[in-house]
Parts: sequence; structure tokens; C-alpha cells
Amino acid sequence: MSEAILKVDGLKTSFFTDDGEVPAVDGINFSVNEGEILGIVGESGCGKSVTSLSIMGLLPSPPGKIVGGHIYYKGEDISHAKESRMRKLRGNDIAMIFQEPMTSLNPVFTIGDQLIEAIRLHNHLSKQALTDRAVELLKLVGLPRAKELLNEYPHELSGGMRQRVMIAMAMSCNPKVLIADEPTTALDVTIQAQILDLMVKLNKETNTAIIMITHDLGVVAQMCNRVVVMYAGKVVEEGDVKDIFNHPKHPYTEGLIQSIPDLYGKKDKLYTIKGSVPKPGSIRQGCLFAPRCEFVMDKCKENTPELLGDSHKSRCFLHQEQA
Amino acid sequence: MSQATQAKPEQYIVKDKSPMIMAINDFWKAFRKNKPAIAGSIIVAFFVLLAIFANFITPQGINDQNIGIRLQPPSAAHWFGTDDFGRDIFSRIIFGARLSLRVGFLAVIGSIIVGTFLGVIAGYFGKFLDVLISRAFDILLAFPSILLSIAIVAILGPSLNNALVAIAIVNVPVFGRLVRSRVLTVKEEEYVVAARSIGMGDMRIIFHHVLPNSFAPIIVQGTLNIATAILDAAGLGFLGMGAQAPLPEWGKMLSDSREYIQNAPWTVLFPGLAIVLVVVGFNLIGDGLRDALDPRMKN
Ligand SMILES: Nc1ncnc2c1ncn2[C@@H]1O[C@H](COP(=O)(O)OP(=O)(O)O)[C@@H](O)[C@H]1O
Ligand code: SF4
Ligand SMILES: [Mg+2]
Repeated sequence: MSEAILKVDGLKTSFFTDDGEVPAVDGINFSVNEGEILGIVGESGCGKSVTSLSIMGLLPSPPGKIVGGHIYYKGEDISHAKESRMRKLRGNDIAMIFQEPMTSLNPVFTIGDQLIEAIRLHNHLSKQALTDRAVELLKLVGLPRAKELLNEYPHELSGGMRQRVMIAMAMSCNPKVLIADEPTTALDVTIQAQILDLMVKLNKETNTAIIMITHDLGVVAQMCNRVVVMYAGKVVEEGDVKDIFNHPKHPYTEGLIQSIPDLYGKKDKLYTIKGSVPKPGSIRQGCLFAPRCEFVMDKCKENTPELLGDSHKSRCFLHQEQA
Repeated sequence: MSQATQAKPEQYIVKDKSPMIMAINDFWKAFRKNKPAIAGSIIVAFFVLLAIFANFITPQGINDQNIGIRLQPPSAAHWFGTDDFGRDIFSRIIFGARLSLRVGFLAVIGSIIVGTFLGVIAGYFGKFLDVLISRAFDILLAFPSILLSIAIVAILGPSLNNALVAIAIVNVPVFGRLVRSRVLTVKEEEYVVAARSIGMGDMRIIFHHVLPNSFAPIIVQGTLNIATAILDAAGLGFLGMGAQAPLPEWGKMLSDSREYIQNAPWTVLFPGLAIVLVVVGFNLIGDGLRDALDPRMKN
């Protein structure tokens, strides 16, 4: 088995607001192996973006702060690394793409300006070499007319094209880990599939590990090796994609699987998990999923289940009877 | 793969290949439709030309005194009449344009430079410095601007250049607050987080993202502030805290002639008109720029 390149160990990230401390991410563990595609799934508000910003050292601070745990990149704890160290890592080692391709590019500069600036951050190249590399990157992410695109402004491109440009910028320095925070959520379904294909292709060609963050288990099924299911700031299930799809060990995961359109051929009646994600910190005792769980038992409300298991872990009493 | 690329084919055919020129064209299209702004531009251009070519235009020297022709009404020889020393008011007003425009432009440029610097520090680096700078701005803004400039001139000593410095200082918080608020907005933009996520440092973010995106509101505010700076300079001149005799500064001319307002109204009418015209001109341009540059007005 290959080595873990990024390891998140007991990460706790809180926001200190007027209403007190909001534990948006509450002690999560996972690791990413070299060249792997790891999925992180969960409903909106469960702490996925906060997790990725914590890794990147880009939390809005204040009010955000890492209050516990560690983040290891190649064995180095970067959870409280200096800004100068993080700046070296960002782009070079760990890069990120965001949900909104419409707002991820500066409207007042051309694609070329921004892409070349990204390349120049970590490479000392001549002007011609920079331009060549920019064209090469645009071709790599499947954009035609690369040379002309350099002179165009973000508003002249479609959402899918912009997301490709963002991927090109993120890939410009061959990072070891690429965090993709819902990169296709804002795009049409067909474009979404193309972007996912592109990311799988880049992963194969460059061996860049990808953390694919999404609220859509369908996306995970398409491209990931392993998946971490998050709920209300905690990991509730983790394992190989196949295991999780075939034998989900948490009612929340089951709900997510049932709510994937198409997969079970019942397009007309889409399943939704009733209720919504609790506000971080609002449930202090018992299983966080208990208020929405169909199988809730008495002990679920009193005791907090642990994340247990070997390669396929889950945080649910239903699946821990035998353990 | 082609869905994304086929999205808007027609756009590529008609597209002008020089985006910078396109942006200027867009701006000009919006600005041109604004009649008052065009009128303002003509007024200001007129005064700028007067100021530049003052030496060639003025029929008389500004300090040519001739007691024999004092307080004469407008005539073919003296279009705007003469003042109490028999000086040609027309010539003095033309040279006065030079003084007023210089004060207006330089004071505003000074305020923009200092205000931008402080605003970026306060907005971008935040925390203690933000509190310190923002409170200082609040205090400065709590005083009426003319009172504050009088206080500063009282310390520096009355002269046109000290009035310029005082006006620049008084206007620093205007730009400081504007830039700070732009910085706070732009800092949260996803493209700044995205830039940071690929390793861009603070200085580059400030120069590549924050300042270019603050440019338009600074230009708009700057234009409007040239008008107030000119007005304040005239006010200080009028109060004897700005330009000193025998400089042909409009405010100073007003105050020197105010005892003749009954017998020789032209001595105050023309300097007053000049002030009003220039101030209105800059205000009209400023409003026009705001409408043309405001991104919310565009699609
Ligand atoms: N800037 C912030 N200030 C306060 N709370 C925040 C902030 N950003 C996120 N949170 C909290 O963190 C939780 C998780 O947010 P996020 O990670 O963005 O969710 P998602 O899984 O949809 O990406 C939210 O429910 C919210 O309560
Ligand atoms: S622990 Fe209990 S409430 Fe929580 S998911 Fe399992 S069965 Fe449901
Ligand atoms: Mg999110």
C-alpha cells in the first residue's frame, strides 16, 4: 500500500462568533495516499469547506481557528505552520480549486495575465517560456484556441471553461495534492461529467492525489477510490467506495445513497433525508444524527458513538453490536 | 468536451481582439450618453486650457496696477472690469485657474496616495492597525473639513501651499475609508482566496487584485474631491488662511473685493462665477464617471 501524503489527525476547527464558539469541524481523521482520489461527502454545512481551508491555511481568521489536532503533509505538521511556509506549500505541493468558477477569476485581468502570474509564482521563466507553459496548460485541461484564450477576460468564458482555467492554474506547479471543493456543483450536468473526466485524467497522468469534496455520492461513485462521509463536523463513515455502496454502515450514508438520482432507477420519486444538518455545537449529547435517524435507539440519545472499524469504519451503534 | 466550447460561438467572431480598448469603449459609450457629464468635461477642459496657456491668453499682467482705472466696469479693454488697484480682473481670473486647479489636483493626489496606503494597511492587515487607523479617520472626519484645515493652516502658517497640504490631510480619511472598504470586500472575493491557494503573497495580492479593483471608485471619489478641494482652497483664501496677496486666487479675490460688492459688483461676480463653474464641472464629471464605471449598472 502506498504512503499517506496528507494526514488529518483529530482536526478541530472552530469559529468564534458573537454567539460563542461554533465547532464547524469537530475532530476528524482521514488520510490521502499518493496518487489517490479520496472523496469527502456530506450535506451542505457539514464542514467540508472548513476542512479544506484548514488544510490550506486559508481559514478566514478571525473568526476561524484551528483549535485542535494536526495536519501532516509528508510527515510535517502544517496545522500551525507560518504563513511563509504555507505560501511555499500552496500551489507547489497542495493546491485547491473552488466551487464557483464564475468568481474564482479576477474580472479585471485576462486569462493569460492570471495564468502566467500563477506559473510565475513558483517558476523563474522567461516571458516566452511563461506564455508557452500557459498555452501548454490550457491544452492539458482540454481548452481549444489556447493562444486566443490568453487574451480573453473571464466574462467571455463559460462556467465550464473557467473551471478548466482554474484547474490549469492549480495544476501549474504540479502539486502533489489537489483539493477540489465542489468543483462541479455550479455547472450543468454534461459539463460536470467532462470536468470530472478531466480530473481523473490529470490524476492518472500526473499522479496528483485529489481530495474530491462533494455533496453528491454519484460523483464519488464515478471517480473515487475511498470515501469519507462527513456529518455535522464529524466523520461518520469511511471506507472503500465499493464497500460503502454495497454495505453502508451508517443510516446517513444509506440516505445519501438512496438520494442519488438514477442509481436505483426511481427518477420520479427522489429520496431525501428528512430534516437538516444541525447547527454545529447544538447537539451536545448522543449521536449527532439521532434527530433524523429512522433507526434511532434509546442509547443513541445518551451515548455518543465512536468511529470504529478497520478499513471500513462507521460511527453508529447499529453496526457496532457485534464489535 | 465541446459543450463548453460551443457555448457562445458568435461572440468570438465579432470580438474585438484588444480587451483594454474594449473596456475603454464600453466606458466611453456609457459616459458619452451622459449629457451633464459631457458639459462638465467641457467646462473643466476649458479651465484646464486657460490654466495651461494663461501666459498667452491674458491681455494684461496680473499685477499691473493702475490707480487711474480702478474699479472700472467691464469694457472692451477690460472684459471683466478692474479691481480696486486697477488690475485687469479677466487676466487675474485666468491665472487664478492655474492656482485653483493646481491645488485641486495636487491635494487630491496627495490624499489618494496617503489614503490608499493607510486604507490598504487597515483593511488588509487588520487587527490592531485597523483599529488605530480607523479611529484616527473617525476623529478626523468628526470635524467639519474647513475647520480642520483652518486648524492645520494655523499651525503651518497661512499660505496657498500650506492650504494645499491642509486640504490634502483633511481628505485622507475620505480615501482611506473608501480603500479600506474596497479592500475588505475584495479580500473576501473568491479569486483572492483562489490566488492565495496557489501561493500568492500579500504584496502581490494587493497590487494584482486589491488595487486594480479599487481603481474605479477612487477615480470617481477623486474627481468629486477636486471640486471640494478647490472650494476649500477658495474658502481658506477668503478667510485669509490660504493664498496671500497679491496672488490672484479666486477666494482671495472675493474677500479683497467684498467691500465693493455694492459699487463694483463685477469685482466679486467673476471670481465667484469661476469658482462655481469649476466646482460644478468637476462634480458633473464625477457623477458621470460613477454612473459609467459602476459595475452594478452594467448588465
Ligand atoms: N466564516 C464563518 N463564520 C462562522 N461560521 C462559519 C463560517 N464559515 C463556516 N462556518 C460554519 O461552519 C459550518 C460548515 O461550513 P462549511 O465547511 O462551509 O460547510 P460545507 O460542508 O457546505 O462546505 C457551517 O455550518 C457554519 O456554521
Ligand atoms: S447511532 Fe443510533 S441514531 Fe446514530 S445513526 Fe446509528 S442508529 Fe441512528
Ligand atoms: Mg462548501
